[in-house]
Amino acid sequence: MAVILELAVQGAQMFSVLLLAPLLIGFVRKVKARLVRRQGPSVIQPYRDLVRLMRKEVVLADNASWLFRVTPYLIFAATWVAAALVPTFATGLEFSWAADLIVIVALLGSARFFQALAGMDVGTSFGGIGASREVMIASLAEPAMLLIVFSLALVAGATQLSTVAAFMGSPEVGLRVSLGMSLIALVMVAIAENARIPVDNPATHLELTMVHEAMILEYSGRHLAMIELASFLKLLLYMSLISCVFLPWGLGSAGTGAKSLAIGAAAYLGKLAVLAILLAVFETAVAKMRVFRVPDFLGAALMLALLGTLLLFVSRSL
Amino acid sequence: MNSTVALLMCGPAALLATALLAAVVGRRASATHLIYGAALIISAALFVIAAGHLARNPEAASAITLPLGLPWTGARFRLDGLSAFFLVVVNLGGAIASLYGLGYGRHEATPHRVLPFYPAFLAGMNLVVLANDAFSFLLSWEFMSLASWALVMAHHGDEANRRAGYIYLVMASFGTLALLLAFGTLAGPAGTYVFDAMRTAHPGPYAAGAVLVLMLLGAGSKAGLVPLHAWLPLAHPAAPSHVSALMSGIMTKVAIYGFIRVVFDLLGEPAWWSGVAVLLIGGVTAVLGILHALMEKDLKRLLAYSTIENIGVIFASLGLALAFKANAMPSAAALAFTAALFHVLNHSFFKSLLFFGAGAVLTATGERDMEKLGGLIHRLPVTSFVFLVGCVSISALPPFNGFASEWLVFQAILRSPELPQWGLKVIVPAVGGMLALAAALAAACFVKAFGITFLGRARSAAVERAHEVDRWSLAAMAVLAVFCLLAGIVPGFVLDGLSPVTLSLVGDRMPVQMAEPWLSIVPIAESRSSYNGLLVFAFIAISASLAAFFIHRFASHAVRRGIAWGCGFADAVPAAQYTAASFAQPIRRVFGSFAFRARETVDMPAPGSLDPARIKVDMHDVAWEIFYQPITGAIDFATERLNHLQFLTIRRYLTLVFLYLVILLLVLALWP
Repeated sequence: MAVILELAVQGAQMFSVLLLAPLLIGFVRKVKARLVRRQGPSVIQPYRDLVRLMRKEVVLADNASWLFRVTPYLIFAATWVAAALVPTFATGLEFSWAADLIVIVALLGSARFFQALAGMDVGTSFGGIGASREVMIASLAEPAMLLIVFSLALVAGATQLSTVAAFMGSPEVGLRVSLGMSLIALVMVAIAENARIPVDNPATHLELTMVHEAMILEYSGRHLAMIELASFLKLLLYMSLISCVFLPWGLGSAGTGAKSLAIGAAAYLGKLAVLAILLAVFETAVAKMRVFRVPDFLGAALMLALLGTLLLFVSRSL
Repeated sequence: MNSTVALLMCGPAALLATALLAAVVGRRASATHLIYGAALIISAALFVIAAGHLARNPEAASAITLPLGLPWTGARFRLDGLSAFFLVVVNLGGAIASLYGLGYGRHEATPHRVLPFYPAFLAGMNLVVLANDAFSFLLSWEFMSLASWALVMAHHGDEANRRAGYIYLVMASFGTLALLLAFGTLAGPAGTYVFDAMRTAHPGPYAAGAVLVLMLLGAGSKAGLVPLHAWLPLAHPAAPSHVSALMSGIMTKVAIYGFIRVVFDLLGEPAWWSGVAVLLIGGVTAVLGILHALMEKDLKRLLAYSTIENIGVIFASLGLALAFKANAMPSAAALAFTAALFHVLNHSFFKSLLFFGAGAVLTATGERDMEKLGGLIHRLPVTSFVFLVGCVSISALPPFNGFASEWLVFQAILRSPELPQWGLKVIVPAVGGMLALAAALAAACFVKAFGITFLGRARSAAVERAHEVDRWSLAAMAVLAVFCLLAGIVPGFVLDGLSPVTLSLVGDRMPVQMAEPWLSIVPIAESRSSYNGLLVFAFIAISASLAAFFIHRFASHAVRRGIAWGCGFADAVPAAQYTAASFAQPIRRVFGSFAFRARETVDMPAPGSLDPARIKVDMHDVAWEIFYQPITGAIDFATERLNHLQFLTIRRYLTLVFLYLVILLLVLALWP
């Protein structure tokens, strides 16, 4: 009986991230629109877009291969699995031990690998330019992310997200400079990974500036819907990650009853709303940078993460 | 239990006999099947025996002394857990390469230049792993080097291959010299060349340091550590593809075996700084290797450079194991050491697979230059699928095997805060960052390798005529692809098999993995970190197929073909696609200025002129300029000067002889 309940909670998390992700995007877009005094589409517009895309036919380029057709589902599946394994409203779920933070980051890496390949499949220059810039950004963002994992693991003694979240919620953490550095670095990495301003612009279709959009330019119909949904899930994943590690208040824990889970869910929604508003404000306030400024941006994230790790050693020995 | 090693020694003997046979019948048409078939059977038998030893009684070491070689030493051979593991790597790789050779070898224009040396090469690698005294080790090592050199020179009509062979020969001699000195130092003044005696005699700190440096030079030059890597990307691709796979996937592992045997087994307790040295060299090797690979447009050279990266990962992990071992942290050392050995096995799988794939592309199109390929996914469906599996595995992406071993390396790195030395505490996370950078760049590199070669539109007519390769080659690649997946989703099986090796060399083992629920791997404790490749794989497979099923069932499954979007300006020429160089351009701009001293010059025509604008990129192999050119320059200078000695008069020669004698007598007189 207990196993069934735990599976049900895990299943609830899996499907709730899937259902929430478009809403989160809709909310961010709405806030951004309101900030520039536009009415903006309804917050449920992303759902409508996804349904419309799924019902349309797919237009494939003449020489698109099987890889091009399989990739959207692979990207979606890898991102969904990763997003479902990050604690959202509760820690210690049935399958949370199947992957630690490094695995989750690597799963996103798998999704990106296939996305870049699909970008090159048709053989147009847009796909190539998008893929080559994407891997350049990833090759700097991934080491930064791993150094962030290091400093978190140094503090919490684990890479298992449930353990990290439980530790960060306990009073023995205190205020640490290196955690602050990790947070800033994580936010920078999250911006780059999610192709948000100032690294990339999710709304642009100007060929010379797009990165993510260039890779998926050839996609249409249900394939495009899958890729869009995966990118929504990825944003939700990073927001869940930031909130479970750096804002662990109110997190429920598996097996502690319905009340704590309900509190966890309410707290989670609140955290997502705050982070979404912050993202919208930030994106409205800054301008997109040139592609070759991105290495500086991510290099700063890398250095911050490394400094955070080194500072931990220093502060421990004092 | 001396019977196992005696049985195993029959293998190299049979391989050598096959080599002799090949020398006789090598020119006949049926020889290809005969020789590769024999090599396949012998290697498979050796694999079964070694794996059986590793599974059943790994603690038992069995030794044998053969009355070969120098009369007063004899040749000693011994089988223990470490040799058994490397025998598994060597013979599994050898067997699959022979299977591939059954098909690939038929396209060989000059089989009599390949067939005799191929079994000899396999025999040499087996003998190195089994050797139990310095004499037979060095002899086997040199035999392995020369056999592989002969295979590199198989197509010596090509000027580039001759140069590669020459550089390889020089570097191999240098490496053997370093090994000779290392064993000389280990043997000490008593001159005990048997490994058993070296194991009990503990050298002093200076001697141990000297041995470590010499091993890094000797084994490192064979494995391809930066800056001793210069020969590797020239020589490995020059050989026929299945031999390239053996050299890159297997022979570099034999070099690692030599390093482990001496540094972990014979040398006794390591000093903590030895860990620092190996770690740093490993990290730098990983990053520079993969950066070079990214800049490459020749498919086989790209793979050879990527071998350098993986060797760096393995050495970094070994350095970590040394550091933990020196600080009496056996459980952490066992984790790092297991990670290194697991990556050895994994790299032998996916690197062989990728070289086989490159060989298949070469057979089908006659091209190694990626910028003349493209669109092969339509022409070679099976090859492209298995090559993709290899690319995903080598890029350390879950759920394949490369990720499982790199994950273990990172878990070992995360135990570094427990180390007492400040130097190590600071260096280990930095090396971890370098390894993460290398892993991310590897993913970029293999997106490029697969994307330029197999995706897009065909860039040459050769591609349009390409046909899928023969069944033997496909079978060999498919077997390796299955291994890549299996080792990735049930890594616990391999890790448990490695435990006796770590137990004997670093004094501890990882926790039993197969007892974990759901076959997950838990290196330290479940609350700390765990990974379940099987579950991740199942989740991805199920959710991808469910999503596809529901959408096709309930939404839409209509497909229409159309022309690709080109901004209303479709580029008709396939050559206008993104190329390998243009794909690597952003990364070259980020890392190139310090890694290669890259410089771009844009040559714009004058206004009004109709000449094309040109971009020229200058890149340098910095290691070549810093280390090799001064040495070759000094040798040139010295030979130029000494050349004058040839043209002296007889009086001057007599004077020289007289002076030499006086100096010699003086030295003897003054020697204490």
